Amino acid sequence: MKFDIEMLLKSDARIVASTFVGISLLFIIVAMILGLDFNGTVNTIQRIMFLSAVYAMVVLALNLQWGYAGMFNIGVAGFMLSGVYTMAIITGDPNGIIPGLGLPIPIGIIGGVLVASLLGLLISIPTLKLKADYLAIVTIGFAEIIRYAANALTFKTFSIAGVEMGTGAGRGIHLPMNPIRNLYYTDPSNLGLGKTVFGQYVFGFFEIIQVQSSVVVSWTYAIVLIFVVGLFYLIIYRIGNSPFGRVLKAIREDEIVANALGKNTDIYKMKVFAIGCGLMGLAGILWQGSYGYTNPTTFQPILTFYIFIALIIGGSGSNTGSIIGGVVFASLLFEGPNFIRRVIMHVFKFDKAPNSIIEAIIPISSFDLGPFVAYSLANISSLRVVFLGLVLVYIIQNRPEGLLGYRKELAASIDISRRPGAEVKRGKRHE
Amino acid sequence: MVGYYNTLREKVQNDRGTALVLFGLAILLLDLIFKLITGETRSQIVATYLWDGLVIGLAIGLAGVGLSLTYSILKFANFAHGDMITAGGFSGWVAVFAVMGVGRFDMKNLLLVGAGNPINVTELGISVSTTPIAILFGLVVAIIGTVLLTLLIDRFVFRPMRHHNDGIALLIASIGVSLALRYGLAFIFKTQNRGLTAASLTASYSVPVGTGSVQIDLGEITLVLVAVVLMVCVHMFLQYSTLGKAMRAMADNRDLALITGIPTEKVVRATWIIGGALTGAAGFLITLERGTISFQFGWILLLLIFAAVIIGGIGSVYGAIAGGIVIGFTSTVSLIWIPADLANVAVFSVMVLVLLYKPEGLFKGVTTA
Repeated sequence: MKFDIEMLLKSDARIVASTFVGISLLFIIVAMILGLDFNGTVNTIQRIMFLSAVYAMVVLALNLQWGYAGMFNIGVAGFMLSGVYTMAIITGDPNGIIPGLGLPIPIGIIGGVLVASLLGLLISIPTLKLKADYLAIVTIGFAEIIRYAANALTFKTFSIAGVEMGTGAGRGIHLPMNPIRNLYYTDPSNLGLGKTVFGQYVFGFFEIIQVQSSVVVSWTYAIVLIFVVGLFYLIIYRIGNSPFGRVLKAIREDEIVANALGKNTDIYKMKVFAIGCGLMGLAGILWQGSYGYTNPTTFQPILTFYIFIALIIGGSGSNTGSIIGGVVFASLLFEGPNFIRRVIMHVFKFDKAPNSIIEAIIPISSFDLGPFVAYSLANISSLRVVFLGLVLVYIIQNRPEGLLGYRKELAASIDISRRPGAEVKRGKRHE
Repeated sequence: MVGYYNTLREKVQNDRGTALVLFGLAILLLDLIFKLITGETRSQIVATYLWDGLVIGLAIGLAGVGLSLTYSILKFANFAHGDMITAGGFSGWVAVFAVMGVGRFDMKNLLLVGAGNPINVTELGISVSTTPIAILFGLVVAIIGTVLLTLLIDRFVFRPMRHHNDGIALLIASIGVSLALRYGLAFIFKTQNRGLTAASLTASYSVPVGTGSVQIDLGEITLVLVAVVLMVCVHMFLQYSTLGKAMRAMADNRDLALITGIPTEKVVRATWIIGGALTGAAGFLITLERGTISFQFGWILLLLIFAAVIIGGIGSVYGAIAGGIVIGFTSTVSLIWIPADLANVAVFSVMVLVLLYKPEGLFKGVTTA
């Protein structure tokens, strides 16, 4: 059995690694077409890797709730927001425009994760008995309550027990400086003051191959995130393959049966909801933490839908699928259209895009597609979401198990839907 | 009297949630009366809140009836409903703009409701008071346009999934439809918010209340009247027509309806047609009352509409209206106690509380009537 797991991890690691390499190669080709220099290419790959890692994290957390326990939570953005804002308030400068508590970053991160998971616990208790679609509406309603509250002027600054703090309302809130800079600079708030010894060596090396120091810093952060994705994977893999995880899968398949077998399914659901929401909060912190600033607009419901699309593409129920889904979504579906626009604009020279779609369509009658293409490229951000919606409909109609959903971990320790003889050939079927 | 008291006590014991809600409302009402007596809140303000709440509530209720019908008969929460409202609004206004501006403005621009170059709406001069025929025409086009759109979506998205009988898969598909539809509209009509009617031309009446007065304009009155008429029509249809009875039967028990020989596919189509018609009308009337339109106004309303439908009890037409009015009043009257930017927080909190403590809605036992 142990041998099986090792084999599986190896093959899964291979799938993930080849996805990362494939995506990187693709974007290297794109960067070459665009005529970017080496620094620009390295930076492009960094951006793609960063976003892929962020999506992989959140998708893994969602997979724990939906893929394992079957809990349909569409308030992901709200839990991310609560984690990020708690962290911002805990670490904020007490004398700043929006005052905070001025505590160190690690305490901020722990606080953010705890608040997100406590909120998850709080929401899960009364919703345990609701139907799946009601749970969906409660969670999205809750996420919107949090977002409107973060946006409200009322809470721009407030005080609890005499301590001033605030959300900054619609203008958003500052997050602490990216701690990665401490590795390279003696004083992260003033880069001119000098570099650490480590910084001198690393920057010195990358200067030879003409990569700017800012790109090196971002890459370091992206690598940390990829490492955290691995951590998320391990945590969720361990949870999923423990006795606890078996009960979760049983709940997903048939809660009444799990109950009848003497498991208190409510407790399991509460725990898994709290853990998942905490991980979502952590992912939010690591994502927004790199920007040094966040605002409520970032956490609109569409963010939750993006994460769902990523999970459904990858295959709900499979952790490796979750990572692949996150990477494929972030790189190809989310960032891809922008690069397609840039490549087309670079290769073909278009006149200025027409002002309206009718002016773009009329020339088609005389076989001139140029204006329509130019209009589409100018409005590619709308077109991208149209495409995402169609992809979601297509997948749910034709391949609801996603790319790797066939690897969904079974609730039973053997696949009782198959005859024993046939099982040997499909050894990968259960993990 | 004692008997009455005993039944009341029994009811309260059986239904603590409702009792608690009534208790809370009673306290708020007392506080409001106190505030009115001391002059902290003026009666004029309360009257304005009530009227605005009624208008918002009926708009949400009208938009909610369609959602409630599809929810109870097709058994899934349709997240594309908000964007169907937006589509209805746009299709109606394309017609009104084309009719009103022909010859005077660039037709290409009129057909896009001014997407390329903004149209001067004062010059165009659309209002319920001065151009009622054009408005009526727009309403009809909005209804027809939305019905066609819903039938198209059902044909390509929901009908192939009918055999799944899985509410969550349909819900996810509807999220996909919602994204595609909303940003498809943004692709065609651009993303900016724009004016529709000439506000100065719309007749407005002031009704004296206490020391001040409440402003009521004809756009609001149109919305209230048309909403009430449409709702009564839907009720009559569901109660007395054969098709309406078949729809209620299917909402109650789909399998039983099937073996009784009810043509379910025909009933599903009728559900989409009626739901789509109400949705289109709601989209057009809401934008008429507001005087502006943007590509995501329906999506923003969607959660409020869900709230109304759930509060009223899924499947109940009168429930949707009552739920809408509860939502409308909550969003306005709550302003007496809380700041304006928390009004939505109050509304969604009411929805979450109802879902948690009374998930069958306030009008339980009434299905599709």
